[in-house]
Amino acid sequence: MGPEYLQFINQTIVNMDFTYHVEGGDFTNAGSTSSEVKRMLKKLGVSPDIVKKTVVALYEAEVNIVAHAYRGDINVDLEEDKVRIVLADEGPGIPNIEWAMQKGNSTASQKVREMGFGAGMGLPNIQNNSDELKINSVVGQGTTIEFVNYFNK
Amino acid sequence: MVQGEFVCGEAYKDREVAKVFASDLMSDVLTIRDTEGLLLLTGLCNLQSIRTCEMSDIQLMLVVRGKVVTDDMIELAEDNDMVIVRTAFSLYKTAGILYGAGIPAIY
Repeated sequence: MGPEYLQFINQTIVNMDFTYHVEGGDFTNAGSTSSEVKRMLKKLGVSPDIVKKTVVALYEAEVNIVAHAYRGDINVDLEEDKVRIVLADEGPGIPNIEWAMQKGNSTASQKVREMGFGAGMGLPNIQNNSDELKINSVVGQGTTIEFVNYFNK
Repeated sequence: MVQGEFVCGEAYKDREVAKVFASDLMSDVLTIRDTEGLLLLTGLCNLQSIRTCEMSDIQLMLVVRGKVVTDDMIELAEDNDMVIVRTAFSLYKTAGILYGAGIPAIY
């Protein structure tokens, strides 16, 4: 029983748990996971406001992996009353999360800025569009962002 | 008004523009909560500008300075029922024309 089969089980039967892989530097596909999640949430009948705030937060976080990390996995866990999204990347990490959370602070490259990001708004945007947010980062290893949005808010 | 041409979504040309936001910074676009009838006026013409519209439920986009909209951008825009219009005018001039025509700004 390979991992593909396990993933199939997870996706369709057990608990609506999906995992997507994101490659650092792959700007062509940046946002494709967010796009899939948006379609899925809409299909499940989640209210448009909650869909929007969830995918805006997810998209910013996905772009962060593409912009800053080497690679990452995005796990989307759908429960009856909420969606929990965990983005775990292998990358340089964030030395000072408090600094990074402040609007305007950014270490993004010129390329990222040319894509319309890197103005130090990503993490504040994620915070503003999530009901619960946790950020853990180890310099030289990577960053994990976990956020939860409730469907009834 | 802006001597634009349809890049895609001409079938939806009767959609009404209720308000305009002009920006090349997609993170700023992503902060807008109420995007009903919003036209994004931008000089940023790449896949991420279309993705941003997709996530923000923005279905109207006006690209300035005659920027090239690639096939993969059009495909993504069509998947999201978007209208994209292109004008040769600058961002400043286009914004002035739309504002002068009475279309409200959102901030």
